[in-house]
Amino acid sequence: MCDTCGCNLTPGNRKFAYKPVEPGATTVSVLQNLLKKNDDQAAHNRAHFDSRGILTINLMSSPGSGKTALLEATIAALKNEFKIAVIEGDLETENDAERIRAQGVPAHQIVTGTACHLDAHLVHDALHHMNLNGVDILFIENVGNLVCPASFDLGQHVNVTLLSVTEGDDKPAKYPVMFRAADAVLLSKTDLLPHLDDFNPVRATSHVRNLANTAPVIQLSARKDIGMDGWYNWLREQLAAQRALAADGATRRPAIQPDGIQLHAV
Amino acid sequence: MHELSVAQALVEQLENIVRERKADAATSFRIRIGPLSGVVPDLLASAFPLAAAGSVAEHAVMDFVEAPVRVRCQTCGAESEAAMNRLLCGACGDWHTQLVSGDELILESVELQLPVTTQ
Repeated sequence: MCDTCGCNLTPGNRKFAYKPVEPGATTVSVLQNLLKKNDDQAAHNRAHFDSRGILTINLMSSPGSGKTALLEATIAALKNEFKIAVIEGDLETENDAERIRAQGVPAHQIVTGTACHLDAHLVHDALHHMNLNGVDILFIENVGNLVCPASFDLGQHVNVTLLSVTEGDDKPAKYPVMFRAADAVLLSKTDLLPHLDDFNPVRATSHVRNLANTAPVIQLSARKDIGMDGWYNWLREQLAAQRALAADGATRRPAIQPDGIQLHAV
Repeated sequence: MHELSVAQALVEQLENIVRERKADAATSFRIRIGPLSGVVPDLLASAFPLAAAGSVAEHAVMDFVEAPVRVRCQTCGAESEAAMNRLLCGACGDWHTQLVSGDELILESVELQLPVTTQ
C-alpha cells in the first residue's frame, strides 16, 4: 500500500477521504500519520542500530523516579558482560551524562532547552557525536515526563517505564498513553515500601493490566540492590531476542507502536 | 506541550502536499485523532496558527474526526467501546484485548485551492 495512488483506501476509511468540493478547489486523500517525518527518521535510526546489532531501550518516567540511578547500577553490574552506551535527555545541565561517564561508559547529553520530550531527529544528531563501535545496549534516557515522550518514536526497540513507589500506584491509570507503551514496567525504590503504606504493587500492576498491557512488572531498588537480577535477566533476554531478529534481517518496535492506518482500516 | 511539535510536522506535510499538487494553498484539512495518540485536539488547534503563520496553510481550517477507543477481546472475540485507561472487554471484562481504534493521529484529507487557469 502506498500514499499516492489511492490503494490505501478501504471500505472502512473511504468515507473520510472524499467530500464534494467547490470549483477551483480539489480534495486530496492523504491518510498519513501526522508524525510521518519523525517516524521516517526513527526507522532510519532503528536500521542503524540493527545493522550494528545494538539493542536500544527508551527509558521513560516522571522526573526523580530513578532512571539515572538505575543506569548507574546496571552499568556497574553488567560492565564485564555488555558494552553499554547512554544518551541522556534533559532540559538543562550535563549532570546526568557526567554521572554515567563516571561509570566509564560513553554518554552524550541532549539538552532540550524547553522541549518536553526527545524526538527521532534529536537522537539522530546525538548518534553523530557517539562512537557506537562494539556497543551491545544503548539506553536513551528520555526527558522526565509521563506525557509527551510516549508520542514520539525514537527508533528504539523497546520501551521501559519506571514507576517509583514514592509516586501514586494509580499513575498507570492517570497516564495511560505512557504506561500502555511500556514493554516493561519497573517499580523502583522498593526499599522504601515499608515506609509508604499507600503504595500497593499489586494495585499498580492491575492498573497496568487494565491498559491491556502484558508487560512484565519488575520490583526493584537500584540503590539497595534489591530485585535487580530480574531486570538484568530481562535485559539479557531482550538482547538475545534482538540479536536473533537482526540475524534474520528483521527488527522490532515497541509492542504498541501504531503500525499506521492499516491497523484501523477495517 | 508537544502539540506544537505535532503542529509543525503537520504544517510541513501540508506544505509538501501543496507543492506536489501545484496548488496555491491548503484551505482545509481533516485529522483523525484518538485519545490514546497522546495528542489533544484542542491544544493542537491552538498550536496550529503559531506553526502555520506565513505558510501556505496559514488560512486552512481544521476539522477533527475523533476516533473512539474500541477494543477487540482476545478471549471472547467481542468488540466494544472502552475508557482510555480501562481497555477491558465490555462483554466479558477480560484485559487481554487489542486496540482497534483510539490511538490514531492521521492526516486524512486536504482541500486545496488551485491556481486560476486562463484559457
